[in-house]
Amino acid sequence: MKALCWYGTNDVRVARVPDPRILNPRDAIVKVTLTAICGSDLHLLDGFIPTMKRGDILGHEFMGEVVEVGSGNHKLKKGDRVVVPFTIACGFCHFCERGLWSACDNSNPNAWMLEEAYGYSGSGLFGYSHMMGGYAGGQAEYVRVPFADVGPYKVPDHLSDEQVLFLSDIFPTGYMAAENCNIQTGDTVAVWGCGPVGQFCIASAWLLGAGRVIAIDREPERLMMAADKGKAEVIDLTRTHVFEALRDMTGGRGPDACIDAVGLESHGATFDDWYDKAKTSMMMATDRLSALRQAIHACRKGGTVSIPGVYGGLLDKVPFGAAFGKGLTLKMGQTHVHRYLPVLMDRIEKGQIDPSYVITHRLRLDDAPDAYTTFRAKEDGCIKVVMRP
Amino acid sequence: MELTWPDDAADARARSNRNLSELERWASIAAGAGLTVYGLTRLRNSGWAYATLGGLLLRRGVTAHCDVYEALGVNTAADPGDTRAALRGSRGVNVLDSVTINRPLEEMYRFWRNLENLPRFMRHLESVEKVTDTISHWRAKGPAGTVVEWDAEIHNEVPSQVIGWRSLEGADVVSAGSVNFDSAVGGTGTRVTVHLQYSPPGGKVGAAVAKLFGRDAETEIREDLRRFKQLVEAGEVPTTAGQPRG
Repeated sequence: MKALCWYGTNDVRVARVPDPRILNPRDAIVKVTLTAICGSDLHLLDGFIPTMKRGDILGHEFMGEVVEVGSGNHKLKKGDRVVVPFTIACGFCHFCERGLWSACDNSNPNAWMLEEAYGYSGSGLFGYSHMMGGYAGGQAEYVRVPFADVGPYKVPDHLSDEQVLFLSDIFPTGYMAAENCNIQTGDTVAVWGCGPVGQFCIASAWLLGAGRVIAIDREPERLMMAADKGKAEVIDLTRTHVFEALRDMTGGRGPDACIDAVGLESHGATFDDWYDKAKTSMMMATDRLSALRQAIHACRKGGTVSIPGVYGGLLDKVPFGAAFGKGLTLKMGQTHVHRYLPVLMDRIEKGQIDPSYVITHRLRLDDAPDAYTTFRAKEDGCIKVVMRP
Repeated sequence: MELTWPDDAADARARSNRNLSELERWASIAAGAGLTVYGLTRLRNSGWAYATLGGLLLRRGVTAHCDVYEALGVNTAADPGDTRAALRGSRGVNVLDSVTINRPLEEMYRFWRNLENLPRFMRHLESVEKVTDTISHWRAKGPAGTVVEWDAEIHNEVPSQVIGWRSLEGADVVSAGSVNFDSAVGGTGTRVTVHLQYSPPGGKVGAAVAKLFGRDAETEIREDLRRFKQLVEAGEVPTTAGQPRG
């Protein structure tokens, strides 16, 4: 089959590889009908995520048709059309039973690597480095799905691939970020980063009762999408002083909740951003975090900072004193996709939202290497790429 | 320094620091005394070296303890199959680890009581076969592709609390182990604690070399217990071995 493989920093290629096969009783093989490039895949392209190996198949946002089922899988059958969560969960451990699916104890075969770094390991992920399990990803014609009697969710016939694909990651991720804000009716929510996750943070904040949503970015087409499709007020961080603008827009108090939908490769326009870039380029730091700093700084006293953006290492110059001094609540983490999938599928079926509006590029899997660079450079108005194998 | 012979009961010998047989001990004393005398009479012609060597041999004989044997895991004092002699104190490799399982205690106890389940998650074990209710035959991967075998008996058992086993006479690898079962904090499952001891092939030196190559006993047991947890909680051990790559 064809698959998009990682061969090193700035080197991804479509390669011919063997077809996947069933390795465990609960597995299924899915023929991918639609897959996407995630903003977090760019961290792999840029070499920010350790424990990648030459030849690893990327991709954690995908859906398709079940073509083979393991002997121990009694839930799926051949021909089922499913969308697959990017987090892999066993369904039976202490954490799965409590709905903390992305904290699954049993799905990461390389858990010891993360235990060294984090104390405890989270769940395995598709196509996202060996410390996250080393599972082959879904930017391919076929993919093996472990614990497939727990993760894959059946799609109603009348919904299109484009309508449901983002249930695999970015819609639940945006939704959980908004839910983590503990929004009270009428609250003001500020969102840093108007990439696809940011767009779904905006949409979800409205769904959960926000009174105002303010979006912050520096890319005109992303701000335009936030304003047009997301109905958010927007701030261009290259033209406006973000803190002052937010303060003035909220009657001097600051937003009730701030969402950092940017993560570890933040591009700011302030001095601290240059400092982070210098340090990371000299391998003296692992993450750039000007968005997170700004979110903590701008948040009102007693407010919430919610972080769906991915961070990996030890963060430098986190304004922890500000967070403490203002009594902020910080919430973050990998998305418990399994928890949100049924809820959000229901909202899509009821017509409350059609997530396909974030798609700007519809390509073939063969085009994936170019698509990665276009997406990273934010060229050609690129916000979200979907690909058909 | 002990000058009187301890009583020669096997038990006392097993528990003592001695690792030399009576014969070897006397040979050591005789050779040591001879070398010392020889050396002292020729002090001007490097005799001091003979005297020193003689002194060390004398000490080895009188204490019945050899440091080189200790490092190599050799013990000629006691019955070589005696787990107490082979594994006492700092002899042998000693590993203690535990894991919390989201399953009822009774079920975990029954799983372990059937020792034939062990090779399903202990990677170095090839098979464990039941001989009688308490005696089993174990086969494991030895160094350099060899297979080592031994019989073991369950010698300590308190239902739902502890299972203890040890190898019997004639074992390729002298080993002993126990597993304890406790309710996890808050009654949310079972804490399974495993204590394993074995006399490593190649002795302590062999174990140190194995550690250099990342295959130390602690890591092995940690990963064995992780597989055990995966097996009993999720029904299978997750893997990526055999998946495609570019």
